[in-house]
Amino acid sequence: MEPIFIEGTPKTPTIKFDSKTGIFEIKGRSIPENAIEFYKPFVDWLETYKVDPLSKTVVSIKLEYFNTSSSKCILELFKKLEAIHKAKNEVEINWYYEEDDEDMLEAGEDYEAIIRVPFKMMEITM
Amino acid sequence: MLYITSNIFIHLLPNRISYEIKKTESSMSFNIENYFSYQLKNLIFHYKGNVDSNTISRVLDLFDEKMAVANNSSRLRKRAYNVLVESLQNLYHHVDKVPDDFNEQADRFGVLWIIKTDTGYQIVTGNFIYTDNIEKLEKRIQKINSLSREGIRDLYKFILSHQGLSAKGGGGLGLVDIARKTGNKLNYSFVKYNDEYSFFYLNILINEEQKD
Repeated sequence: MEPIFIEGTPKTPTIKFDSKTGIFEIKGRSIPENAIEFYKPFVDWLETYKVDPLSKTVVSIKLEYFNTSSSKCILELFKKLEAIHKAKNEVEINWYYEEDDEDMLEAGEDYEAIIRVPFKMMEITM
Repeated sequence: MLYITSNIFIHLLPNRISYEIKKTESSMSFNIENYFSYQLKNLIFHYKGNVDSNTISRVLDLFDEKMAVANNSSRLRKRAYNVLVESLQNLYHHVDKVPDDFNEQADRFGVLWIIKTDTGYQIVTGNFIYTDNIEKLEKRIQKINSLSREGIRDLYKFILSHQGLSAKGGGGLGLVDIARKTGNKLNYSFVKYNDEYSFFYLNILINEEQKD
């Protein structure tokens, strides 16, 4: 399975899902008007990846901003990861937030409460 | 067209500002701009017209630039930016059609004011709404306004995890997110345009120290 990669724009994040290494990253801003359309290829990609995933997948989320439209799509991605984890594969989500950004920390905690995958809250010191 | 009404936005404010909303306008004298009962001295910018994706990008860029030179804390900057994103995208996704006899026709007609206050920012949006849709929206706002900070967080999580993706994408989280990020009640009003239409104003305050 080929890795999937997209460069960020002012409204959409850089996304790299590397199926060779199991290192996945979402980074930047996610504030598109139509988040479903933007995330669909990545949700679909994970749907395929979860059939035969690597034994370990590490996902880093380094978002500066995300809108409510994206929040549901991010949850969709996490649900795919949850399924991979449930199938006895190692999955870890590293949720990055800047030290004074309690909103981003809370957002990570909200996902952690909903999704059964180990989360690590990673503070970025400015 | 996007236009900036004032390039300088760090002014001293009058000691007392009324955020009361004028509720007494009649449809005969309907004027979108009559929303404020006081003079807007600290307007950062004002926009009126079609709210498409490009407009949203331009307004966000401008606001970003304004805040970058305003020496705000990064917390205030992020909250204000987030709230502006949600406000504009609420307009983008949810405005009702413009009345046929209204002098400005647009697919997604909205109005926006961004005002610098002494403790942060005030963002006011306005859009047409079918009178039949008022009750539903007002109930939704009243529900959000009745909740504590924790209650709002729980509601956010509930909607996030229990309601599927809507075609519009937001799934009804926008207003909840605004209330959550600001820690303030949603101030709003409906002004009658005619029997079929009203104009909905949402008045959001984002303060530096709020929320905790």
